[in-house]
Amino acid sequence: MSTQLAAHQRGFAGRVLAAVLTPGGAVYVLAAALLIATIQANPNFGDPGVIMLFLGRTAPIAIAAIGQYYVIVSGEFDLSMGAVIGTQVVLAGNLIGEDPDRIVPVTLLMLLVGAAVGFANGVLTTLLRVPSFIVTLGMMLALGGLVSYVTGGAATGNPVDEFREVGRGRFENVPVVEFLPYPLLILIVLAIAAVWLMRRPFGRNLLAVGDNPESAERSGSSLWWLKTRAFMLSSLAASVSGILLVGYAGVHPSVGDGYEFTAITAVVLGGVLLGGGRGWVLSAAVGAIALELLFTLLTVQEVESTWRDTVQGVIIIVAVAVAARGWQAGRRPRRSDTRTPSTRIPTPISTNQPSQGTNTGDN
Amino acid sequence: MRTRLESLTSTGIVVIVLALSLVIGAILTAVEGRNFLSTGNISAILTGCSILGFIAIGQTLVILVGSLDLSVPFVVSLTSVVAAGQMNGDPAQVAPAVLLALAIAAAIGLVNGLVVSFLKVHGFIATLGMGLIISGYLATNYQGSHGSAPRSFRLIGATQVGPVPVSALIMLGCALLAIVILRRTRLGHHLYAVGGNPEVARLSGIRTSVPVVAAHVLCSLLAAMAGLLLLARLSVGSPTIGSQGDYDLMSIAAVVLGGTLLAGGKGNIVGTLAGVAIFAVLDNVMGVMQVNPFLKDVIRGLVIVAAVAVYARREIDQRPARFDRPTGLSAVLQEKP
Amino acid sequence: MRKTPLLRGAAVTAAALLVLAACSTDDSVDDPAPDAGSDPTTSESTAEEPPADTEWFVQADYDEQDAQRSATFEGDPATPWLQYIDGAMTDTSKYATQESQKVCFANASISNPWRQTGFITMNQQLQALQDSKVISDMEVRDAQDDDNTQIADIDYFIAEGNCDVFIISPNSTAAMTPAVERACETGKPVIVFDRGVNTDCYTTFIHPIGGYAWGIDTANFLSENLEEGDKVIALRILPGVDVLETRWAAADKIFAENGIEAVDYFTGADPTKIKQIISDELVKGDVAGIWMDAGDGAVAAIEAFEDAGVDYPVMTGEDEMSFLRKWEETGLTGLAPVYSNFQWRTPLLAVEMIAAGEPIPAEWVLPQTPITEDERADYLAANEGMPDGHYAKFGGEDLPGFPEAWQDR
Repeated sequence: MSTQLAAHQRGFAGRVLAAVLTPGGAVYVLAAALLIATIQANPNFGDPGVIMLFLGRTAPIAIAAIGQYYVIVSGEFDLSMGAVIGTQVVLAGNLIGEDPDRIVPVTLLMLLVGAAVGFANGVLTTLLRVPSFIVTLGMMLALGGLVSYVTGGAATGNPVDEFREVGRGRFENVPVVEFLPYPLLILIVLAIAAVWLMRRPFGRNLLAVGDNPESAERSGSSLWWLKTRAFMLSSLAASVSGILLVGYAGVHPSVGDGYEFTAITAVVLGGVLLGGGRGWVLSAAVGAIALELLFTLLTVQEVESTWRDTVQGVIIIVAVAVAARGWQAGRRPRRSDTRTPSTRIPTPISTNQPSQGTNTGDN
Repeated sequence: MRTRLESLTSTGIVVIVLALSLVIGAILTAVEGRNFLSTGNISAILTGCSILGFIAIGQTLVILVGSLDLSVPFVVSLTSVVAAGQMNGDPAQVAPAVLLALAIAAAIGLVNGLVVSFLKVHGFIATLGMGLIISGYLATNYQGSHGSAPRSFRLIGATQVGPVPVSALIMLGCALLAIVILRRTRLGHHLYAVGGNPEVARLSGIRTSVPVVAAHVLCSLLAAMAGLLLLARLSVGSPTIGSQGDYDLMSIAAVVLGGTLLAGGKGNIVGTLAGVAIFAVLDNVMGVMQVNPFLKDVIRGLVIVAAVAVYARREIDQRPARFDRPTGLSAVLQEKP
Repeated sequence: MRKTPLLRGAAVTAAALLVLAACSTDDSVDDPAPDAGSDPTTSESTAEEPPADTEWFVQADYDEQDAQRSATFEGDPATPWLQYIDGAMTDTSKYATQESQKVCFANASISNPWRQTGFITMNQQLQALQDSKVISDMEVRDAQDDDNTQIADIDYFIAEGNCDVFIISPNSTAAMTPAVERACETGKPVIVFDRGVNTDCYTTFIHPIGGYAWGIDTANFLSENLEEGDKVIALRILPGVDVLETRWAAADKIFAENGIEAVDYFTGADPTKIKQIISDELVKGDVAGIWMDAGDGAVAAIEAFEDAGVDYPVMTGEDEMSFLRKWEETGLTGLAPVYSNFQWRTPLLAVEMIAAGEPIPAEWVLPQTPITEDERADYLAANEGMPDGHYAKFGGEDLPGFPEAWQDR
């Protein structure tokens, strides 16, 4: 927060500079560097059509990252994302099937299911006070198992091509970029909506609650509904992502596997602080693009298939370590509470504690 | 004093849930025409406990200090193949192999801890990344089962004292050590303090990095114990054995089921053991009832949420807000001298 | 002050427990005594393995399976699940009985479409044998892809299952060996199928020819249809699984011999990943062929070529319906290798033969013949109405419940 507040007081150039220095800004530099490295390794990847195709297929993960952002920034986790995607994929395959007339009702049903899952996650987390990690882990197991059980583990097959068009199709003859994949368009729309949403009271409160749950409670905003909406947005984003993935890849029980971790990694790469309160929504989406660029770079560089996990692991740690430095640099004195954001007690709160039994000076 | 009372009651709830699941399990098993308390069944449940038990104890330490460890499955796999390769069926190599495995695990834990405490990377990302790094190494160097354990080492996995497998006893021994560390050593108190509120801990003169690093090292060591035990049971090292068991998420679930706060600073080992036992009983009963494997996951998911919900409700009833952890912390600190 | 004694006390207690445990070890190890007998063989066989570990390639196995591809199979080709290659037989007369048998089945998992299809076939076969009173009941424990769970499952069956016959579909070969040996020690018949074990204590081990044969069939097909220097993308599910590693080991060897450039990727059978990998490879340059170690997700690979607007590759998938359908639709040059799904019937039929005291093959090698383009139409017609995750050579057409049991999953 302090970074953003400070940034608002400076001029435009100062704001840009300050932004790039924060992890939320650094991810743009990372993405650009990865893109340049990829193009340098193989100039074919600089072709506008190829970039458009890349962005189109990255849209589902970027949308998932935007959804995950709402939850993370409010100080929670959503591990059920992959299971939600899997559910939507199977629903699309089994309910739409070969009948184009069912596209609209089933799509609405899918969004409803997504909203319901998010609502359940939110209510269990806020009203029953079960940690979101556990709620969404339970949801992941339950939902994944239920879908496999109902379908016998295998979906009937791909839905009609009209439905898949949204994830596979594109606008042709667009100037400059040749064509525009539908998923990219949906990503752009959702990203704009997300930026707008984060500037609304909802977004501000969400950040506030992630930064300092108690202050948000005091300011009178309804904590449970605020966080529940974040979970619903996350599950809805996963649902949209699922719809696009059915189009892109087709129906398979393993679609969506591990998406929760990919989305969280993307969000963290985007400089969003695990534990909540800090980070920009667009950076989360760019984090997803950076992550996918990394995979592409590994392919281009012909990194041995078995070593790819290792390279990915190293880069994630290094990127986040650098980002952690960034947040520290952005703040005035060195404070060690950025390290474990799961301990969500910001310093001002601890000073409010009547008796610490320990030294509480130095504030 | 208040900490003790609180932890007693919260652990009490977990133990009651465990007792309840034992009773229900016995009834359901009887309905299937089986004996829940037969030697074979008890031994099956205890064996089910031991592997996850090791990992969950370590995970408890890491969660208490406010971090997480998602790299445990890969540490398990790595230690299993490394030790198996070193032993290669030779009884004389058992001790070197065990030491080698533990040393590698300790090094991994050390790196995890240093990355978390000095590079300020959240435990979630640090250990996720470490898991990926190890996974790549495993995939590159081991394309299937590797090495073999000599008979003397396999006995650890095969021997029982009455219905109690030796592996479960070793696990309980480790649990006892962890309890002693947490309750009676400076390290243990600092662990709670840093997990409760790192800022306050730092201000009160604790070097916050020490407990974080120590917890990660201990966690990896315990994961290595699980890997060695799996080697004894499987007789060969397996590069995928850790991932097969989903030990990362299941151990975290067991820890939280046992009443430890995911945010750190509050919880204990006994609760974790009860949480592990609840899972083992659940799995055992579902196995006897021949529950569809997909439905098993559904039930696991529901039980995890429901059990923690019961516990969490109790927490709100007891405490005005979620922020009196520092009180618990100060109580712990006061207990120190 | 109190710390040290307490710590020491704990350590002493732990040590005492260990010593105690060690003491009672010698007594309780008596029951699995034959384990000691079989021990030397185990260590010997593993001692021979190290070269295989490094390369994951056993020339002798490769040669044997290569030969078996053209071997003659005994029995009626109309019931391939009962065919076998002539070899040593197990005398089962000591097991002959009139009683209905209680079967205990330790399954590795039903976590992929291949295993799901097979498990349905097995259950329908069970129904048929229950109707004829050969089998009274089949108790199933599913290990959910975990070696450790499966060991516990087998031990549970031995201790508590009241089993007349054990059927084991091992999750992995070497790790399951000791548990299978314990099952053998009960003196009851033990039937192992699909993935093997490193012991021959079983009554019969049922499996199609094997992973090398798969690799040879597919890599030969691609090599014949491609030019030297062409690039093949190998899509592999995951590392470290022996049955999959042998498929790749054989294919990789043949590709190298024929000057085909093969690049391998792990996909987890996730169509999203498959499509991304192929798309990136197509941007890098021409891809002439696709090789898969299991056909799951083959459609996504083909679609990647469509989306990029380039010619279809030469491709090997599997006999999964999704691939067969897409193959026909696109008319690409392809081959559907088969890891005979009908093998899931054979273990229960073996139970019937054992109960009748008939001799059965000690190693029951089932036919494993790829589906070629010429045969494709027949298999598509025979399996019409089946879901995409169904396998053409499931071999259950004559069982009760056909076709609904396979259609409504």
